[in-house]
Amino acid sequence: MATSAHTLAAPARARTAAGSATLRRKQGFQHGGWFVAPFLLLFAVFVIWPLLRGVYLSFTDANITGEGASFVGLDNYREALDDPLVWDSLGHSAYFTLLVVPCITVLAFLLAMLAHHIERGKWLWRLCFFAPFLLPSTVAANLWQWLFNPGTGMIDHVFGLQTPWLTDKSYAMLAIVITTLWWTVGFSFLLYLAALQGIPDHLYEAARLDGANAWHRTVHITLPMLRTITGLVIALQVLASLQIFDQAVVMMDFLPGPEGSTRTFVQYTLEEGFTSYRVGYASAISVIFFVIIAAVALARMWLLRNVKETTR
Amino acid sequence: MSTAAQPRKPWTPSQIVLTLLGAAVSVIFLAPFAWGLFTSLKSETEAVQVPAHWLPKDWTGQAWKALFESGNITNWFVNSLVVSVCVTSVVLLVSALAGYGFARTEFRGKNVLMGLVMAGLMISPAVLGVPLFTTVQQMGMVDTYWGMILPQCAPAAMVYILYKFFQGIPRELEEAAFIDGAGRWRVFFTIVLPLSRPSLAAVGIFTFIASWNNFLWPYMVTNNPDLMTMPNGIATVMNSYGIQWAQLMAGGLMAGLPLIIVFVFFQRQIVAGVAHTGLAGQ
Repeated sequence: MATSAHTLAAPARARTAAGSATLRRKQGFQHGGWFVAPFLLLFAVFVIWPLLRGVYLSFTDANITGEGASFVGLDNYREALDDPLVWDSLGHSAYFTLLVVPCITVLAFLLAMLAHHIERGKWLWRLCFFAPFLLPSTVAANLWQWLFNPGTGMIDHVFGLQTPWLTDKSYAMLAIVITTLWWTVGFSFLLYLAALQGIPDHLYEAARLDGANAWHRTVHITLPMLRTITGLVIALQVLASLQIFDQAVVMMDFLPGPEGSTRTFVQYTLEEGFTSYRVGYASAISVIFFVIIAAVALARMWLLRNVKETTR
Repeated sequence: MSTAAQPRKPWTPSQIVLTLLGAAVSVIFLAPFAWGLFTSLKSETEAVQVPAHWLPKDWTGQAWKALFESGNITNWFVNSLVVSVCVTSVVLLVSALAGYGFARTEFRGKNVLMGLVMAGLMISPAVLGVPLFTTVQQMGMVDTYWGMILPQCAPAAMVYILYKFFQGIPRELEEAAFIDGAGRWRVFFTIVLPLSRPSLAAVGIFTFIASWNNFLWPYMVTNNPDLMTMPNGIATVMNSYGIQWAQLMAGGLMAGLPLIIVFVFFQRQIVAGVAHTGLAGQ
């Protein structure tokens, strides 16, 4: 067992561990910084520094080379507020979000209910509904671009339509939304499925004994138990949808779509930065975008706190 | 999934209806894959024939052959693999260390730094692409593996997930080891890490999927076809000169199928991983 030296030292160590919080703190202090150091280094260089740099550049007229930038004060922000393309592209991203988020939430819930209640072949349903999420965005986009393709595409053929999906501005965003639903619903579906499996059976048993039918059990047990997860699904989807870029550019061959109708906000920042080489201006609109994203995230945290307080 | 001990459930009318409904929905979800696969097995001229038809009249592996002969695709595949494996390893290492540091150790400025990490949850290359690019440019890492890999290695979300997990490990387990004279590092590697295998698997799986499928950052940081990853190469190079649909579909399947095949075999772990990382946001 223990050596004699060990036995002798043991009481001292026991006292340290149980009593002296300061010593434990000191021990932690010596090493704690090293635990977080590697991450913080990467985080500082690739997250915090670009953020600060973005704010700094937004007050300059820097171009892509970074040479000879001069300070222009709030000019970039003033220009952004008057730039119709800022508002258009922001509108397109918001419109996309408004269409995608409710659809994906409802669809994910229904798919999860379906997969949860079918007793056979659970793995098969999960595989089918989730598989599209495993594709790269660009592959999903190409696949649907090809499905929507006029004449040679399958969508029009199957449904007997002749819709100019990708070339008419009233359909282009819709086509991107449909693609996104198919591609990403699997993620929210899994979250709902996990939540459904986490609802304790005894709640349903009790309701059954009280004579509640399947519909009542769903409305009075399942839906209330899924409230938190629904909040999470919506929040994650809003934040992801506002940042839409991949599907839109690939489906529109890297152009802004018919009459610019699918130019998203991320796409516009990249156009300004990498096509027009206006890094200062692109930084300014990126900072505006960051503020919007942060506001959404903070609003969610605030809502969550309020919900927790009222349910407590 | 169901164990052998359970008696097989009878086919009630409601189960029959639900199963048929599930099958119908599954067909809708799988149809685009089938369309892509069948297209890839047509000749380029048959692929664009009107009217559209599902099955090839002449089955041919021509598109697949052309895809491999053009040479790029194997390059991109290797690049994707290198980038995803590196990103996943680094993310696992640094976020496990940092998550533990924040959850269990004391150091000056911890709360401020934790606040910064939380703020980092709102920042992505989509939001800060342009300044991130100029930063990487200043470091001379444009068009390099480093430039592609390192900016993907600081995910605040993964630190946060592991931080929450480590907080849930009973302190008594660690304190018992401290009493036996083990240091912080030994406790971390011999007690905490083995306990965290499911969470680490979740983070690893999620990071790998995200990195394998990442398009935006590789798209910004490289124009060099030799350095591109699968999603990037397919979307830019293969889309740039008059699209050849059969080849494009074959390329897309090449990019998508590895993860789907892995998913078939490790379904339970992946489902748990995705659900776990997602649910951690609660």
